[in-house]
Amino acid sequence: MIELSGIRKAFNQGQHNEYWALNGIDLAIEANKVTALRGPSGSGKTTLLTLVGCLARPTEGRVRLKREDISGLPERFLTEIRRRTFGFIFQQFNLIKGLTALENIILPAYPTGQPRRELLERAETLLANLKLGHRRDAKVEWLSGGEQQRVAICRALINDPEAVIADEPTANLDTHLAKEFMAILEALAGEGRTILLTSHDPLVVESAVVDRVVDMRDGVIVDCG
Amino acid sequence: MKQWIEKQRYLIDFTLASLARRKTRNLGLLGVYILLVFVLASVALYTHALRIEAGKVLAASPEVILQRLVAGRHDLIPPGYIDRVGRIRGVQKKEGRLWGYYYDAVVKANYTFMVPNAGGVEKGEIVVGPALERSRGLAAGNGISFRSYSGKLHTFIVADVLPQASELVSADLVLMHEEDFRAFFDYPSGHFTDIALTVANPLEVRNVALKLSAALPDSRPILRDEVLRTYASIFDWREGIVLALLSAAILAFGILAWEKASGLSADEKREIGILKAIGWETGDIIKMKFWEGLLISLTAFLVGFVAAYLHVFYYAATLFEPVLKGWSVLYPRFQLTPHIDGLQVATLFFFTVFPYAAAVLVPIWKAAITDPDAVMRG
Repeated sequence: MIELSGIRKAFNQGQHNEYWALNGIDLAIEANKVTALRGPSGSGKTTLLTLVGCLARPTEGRVRLKREDISGLPERFLTEIRRRTFGFIFQQFNLIKGLTALENIILPAYPTGQPRRELLERAETLLANLKLGHRRDAKVEWLSGGEQQRVAICRALINDPEAVIADEPTANLDTHLAKEFMAILEALAGEGRTILLTSHDPLVVESAVVDRVVDMRDGVIVDCG
Repeated sequence: MKQWIEKQRYLIDFTLASLARRKTRNLGLLGVYILLVFVLASVALYTHALRIEAGKVLAASPEVILQRLVAGRHDLIPPGYIDRVGRIRGVQKKEGRLWGYYYDAVVKANYTFMVPNAGGVEKGEIVVGPALERSRGLAAGNGISFRSYSGKLHTFIVADVLPQASELVSADLVLMHEEDFRAFFDYPSGHFTDIALTVANPLEVRNVALKLSAALPDSRPILRDEVLRTYASIFDWREGIVLALLSAAILAFGILAWEKASGLSADEKREIGILKAIGWETGDIIKMKFWEGLLISLTAFLVGFVAAYLHVFYYAATLFEPVLKGWSVLYPRFQLTPHIDGLQVATLFFFTVFPYAAAVLVPIWKAAITDPDAVMRG
């Protein structure tokens, strides 16, 4: 589904503190599979996720989505692809405080201009599937860590994306909640979604749900899995 | 089209929710902003209405007033002087006027005593202005005595009180019969205070004044247009003084509003990053924030302007009255005719709403064009 070739990514390019986070990545991420990027801090996992998810562009190299080169597309088109193709689950959840769970969930669908009723129905179904229906009107800052993550998952799924990208999804969860997350992940994989995540939590990378583990270190892939 | 409308609805919804979420900050900003518009609009509306009022009042006054000067000071018009004016083309009417000032020690105020040329005031009677009616508690039919400069006491019956509508110039006016006036001030018979000339064609007024100066070198013609211009510059000057006095406060308010509007909090920056990451376009975010700024500044402008309108036209500009009106003792109490100048409103709008909208947009634009990958890193 996604092919990366010769990917390099620099930060502060041309300045005294220039730093190459990725240094020649060639990787193909298969559709309908769960792929995990594993590696220590600073290995370039999150940077790679941002490139795959169209949150940033590579300094060098090409990103192809369904054989179409998207690395040189203008920002507007990247946003469109990001909204249509990817759902994001961030490590810090990144929910907007002051809004309710339901309002947070439907936010990614605002730019699509779909009728509000349809959006609300879909959001409520997602909340019910994740056993969070009773918290729909609660402000997100009142929710527990596990509940916040489930809201973040619902938000990632509101536009019915083909792929879900999760950055260190269990980093802020205890073992019990981490296991619950893995169960949700299994369900998502079962629906045929492509899942790409980063983690160094053995509970995730050693799970049967994960089809492939890619090991990274110092901005390069050391084991393609 | 339906999708577009729905999208705009979402944007406005989110904008309103976003404003409500930062209630304290936005209400504080709105309060400061309203105060700024209120002060500026009050001063502008008040001085403009005064200028209009003065113009209306002077519309009925003669085009040229001729005063006689002795050693550069205003002196009485001696008998036969009016005839020396002779026949000047364009002058429809010329008549001597009688008026003078009287200091009333009881209320420590100056009155203007005047003889109406059209007559209408019987001997022994006076017609008084509304301020006199208030300060001396007078009503039609009451008697009042004034001690003249020669020490004699003169008693008059109040025949009528002048209408409130003309109070701007008639507040301290006392109209009386010619004989009473001459007796009260020991005014020599046949003398007048000045001469009023009516000129029908406004283009002729200057020529008439030049001919008068040539024919009567010891006289000074005063044109109505010049009086109007003087009034206008007095009100302009007062407006300037008020604005100068308030400029420090206005500047402080302005800086505060700018600072509040242009500084993006870490929370807001994070929010912009999240919205971009989950699929909002840069344009959507700028539009949303623009609506937010426009909503605040428009609300402030409308509330501030309406408050200023009420303050000036319904509460007689209580806050700025002493400086802007400038009467010494007998403050005329009058309702200004509501009058709004489109250009003035547009100028005020431009200088209050536009800078705010710009102040909001620049930092938002800067934050919105950056890559959204920062949210990934918490």
